[in-house]
Amino acid sequence: MKFKFFRFAAIASMTVATLINAAPASATTEIVWWHAMSGALEGWVNDLAKNFNESQSEYKVVPVLKGSYDEAMTAAVAAFRAGNAPDVLQVFEVGTATMMASKNVVMPVTEVMKTAGVTFNPASYIPAVVGYYTAPNGEILSLPFNSSTTVLFYNKDAFKKAGLDPEKPPVTWADMENVMTKLKASGSTCPYTTSWMSWVQLESFSTWHDTEFATLGNGMRGLNARLTFNSPLHLRHIGNLEKWSKDALFKYNGRASAATNNFVSGECAIFTGSSGTYADVKRSGKFDFGISTLPYYADVKGAPQNTVIGGASLWVMRGKPADHYKGIALFFDYLSKPEVAAASHQKTGYLPVTIAAYELTEKSGFYKQNPGTDVAVTQMIRKTTDKSRGIRLGNFVQIRTIIDEELEQIWSGKKNTKEALDTAVKRGNELLERFEKANSK
Amino acid sequence: MEKKVRFKSRWLPWVLIAPQMAVILIFFFWPAAQALYQSVLAQDIFGTTTEFVGLENFQRLFHDATYLESFYTTAVFSALVATIGLSLALLLAVMANRVLVGTGIYRTLLIWPYAIAPAVAGVLWLFMFASPMGVVSFALKSLGLSWNQLLNARDAMVLIVIAAVWKQISYNFLFFLAGLQSIPKSLIEAAAIDGASAWHRFRTIVFPLLSPTTFFLLVINVVYAFFETFAIIDATTHGGPGKATSTLVYQVYYDGFKAMDMGGSAAQSVILMVVVIVLTVLQFRFVERKVQY
Repeated sequence: MKFKFFRFAAIASMTVATLINAAPASATTEIVWWHAMSGALEGWVNDLAKNFNESQSEYKVVPVLKGSYDEAMTAAVAAFRAGNAPDVLQVFEVGTATMMASKNVVMPVTEVMKTAGVTFNPASYIPAVVGYYTAPNGEILSLPFNSSTTVLFYNKDAFKKAGLDPEKPPVTWADMENVMTKLKASGSTCPYTTSWMSWVQLESFSTWHDTEFATLGNGMRGLNARLTFNSPLHLRHIGNLEKWSKDALFKYNGRASAATNNFVSGECAIFTGSSGTYADVKRSGKFDFGISTLPYYADVKGAPQNTVIGGASLWVMRGKPADHYKGIALFFDYLSKPEVAAASHQKTGYLPVTIAAYELTEKSGFYKQNPGTDVAVTQMIRKTTDKSRGIRLGNFVQIRTIIDEELEQIWSGKKNTKEALDTAVKRGNELLERFEKANSK
Repeated sequence: MEKKVRFKSRWLPWVLIAPQMAVILIFFFWPAAQALYQSVLAQDIFGTTTEFVGLENFQRLFHDATYLESFYTTAVFSALVATIGLSLALLLAVMANRVLVGTGIYRTLLIWPYAIAPAVAGVLWLFMFASPMGVVSFALKSLGLSWNQLLNARDAMVLIVIAAVWKQISYNFLFFLAGLQSIPKSLIEAAAIDGASAWHRFRTIVFPLLSPTTFFLLVINVVYAFFETFAIIDATTHGGPGKATSTLVYQVYYDGFKAMDMGGSAAQSVILMVVVIVLTVLQFRFVERKVQY
């Protein structure tokens, strides 16, 4: 009897507590935001939402961590099919073409801002960043949020040990070969490694050399684009990596960002990867490090052009009540404010999304105090060409996996560069054909 | 002797099996029917457009050389997981059955891995084998043995087999132990008095009497290797290097949940279902004959 009473009391008090908690929430409109920023970055996302919520009382942005990028996207797809999608969804750059093709599912940011009556000036965003998320008709489809690009990190201590000038990072791939050889001679078991094989060594490599990764401006101009990364320039570069891999100058350390650990642990002396790795290296690396631009082949005309962006943007889902879109528009406007965007940029190492945020950061002397943090920015703030604006391909997640699979055959000596790249292009093109067929009806 | 139980009431037996039938219908037949339906459709990822494409999803699969290769990978993987998993578990069960002191501790420790999620099991083993920090890879290196699951297909296969076997060993152990304990002691003692050696007793008495358990576990382990190991593979090798550890079920998972190609993934799961049904029927027809109940 006593037990029963206790249970009743517990349930009753819980119900009351829920009612009390729920009461003030009914006055505000909740905007659910699914994201994939784990670790230190989750704190950043939560702070953004908190500060926005405190700046006004009508709307409440609720950030929800949904795992990795692909997990967040999968979760959103499942939720949409079940009829309860979030209001705002963070999608990584390779999902862009898929989201774009889903016209009935997402509402372009331009439209969100227009219906909400919030002024929105696309020209205030960094062109290479916003260009990636712009439709051929000029509409901005998603809000640039955390954009990164490919840079080179190097271990200054390892450079000193090898008798190299720690203030002189390699600029061209010819420099790289010399530096790697010297590092190896000084006892390094891993002179050079890279993360994101496709993004760094093929996608960004292509735009950096003003060469197409796929036809039609890398798919920016239409669905019938086809892969072209088995061109002589690509064969030359991957062929070099093959040679360096055999000579133990370059070491493959796995797919996606796995190689980051091998650099942070001090095993590898040079590392190419996302500029967003900055926070990790700074926090966990027990050595002096420098940041530099990606190497290039000096004899290629137009190189260096600009590197390609990675990271993610925020997409707005259709089918929500009208007041949600007003709240989303205000939140997006808040995120793009110079001081907010500048703080985000400085905190995370991601690119500034607006020009004003970049100028504000420069004025504050941040780049002088944190040398190297401007490398990613200067690689991006350039006038882009049709070949370097960005890469937008359907089924891109699978294409990247195919590239990983085929390149692994090179490093393990099962295929030569030409065989592997030709197969990757062939397998990738089959996916592009399917995407074109499925989305052109 | 009459073995069958006869119910007087007509509806009582149906009521008694109804909950189990409901579970089977909802959790097995309904999803299987959904997979069959999805496998003949082409949808965009959000499911806003749906088109009936007949057998196109299947045709594409059988034209894909890498898909056909994964049949071979799956066969190797499943055979290794089932045989190593069963033999190790049997060995452990026989040993644990003879332990006199601290039985509880031994058994608890051996059952422990079963409580661990497959993905965690995968990550656990990956950490041990990952260079440069992994304990095992470090030990192998100091012994002068090279280990690289990132590029060596055989090393990668060994890694996922170890992780998959380790995850399932507790389950096998539990059933073997129960099987061993149900063997009458008097039989073994009689044989011992007749002068049969330990190995002889095991081979001629224990093993045949365990055969129903072994057969049951064989079916379960094959099903396990075919269906439940995708999380381990995803956490350790992602199917690489190349496609060397990309089994059928990992492909289903990858195409369905990473690539979000529902039609293709459903078609693969239908094929996988057919393969496992055929295998199970074969096992019941040919292996079960050797089983003594």
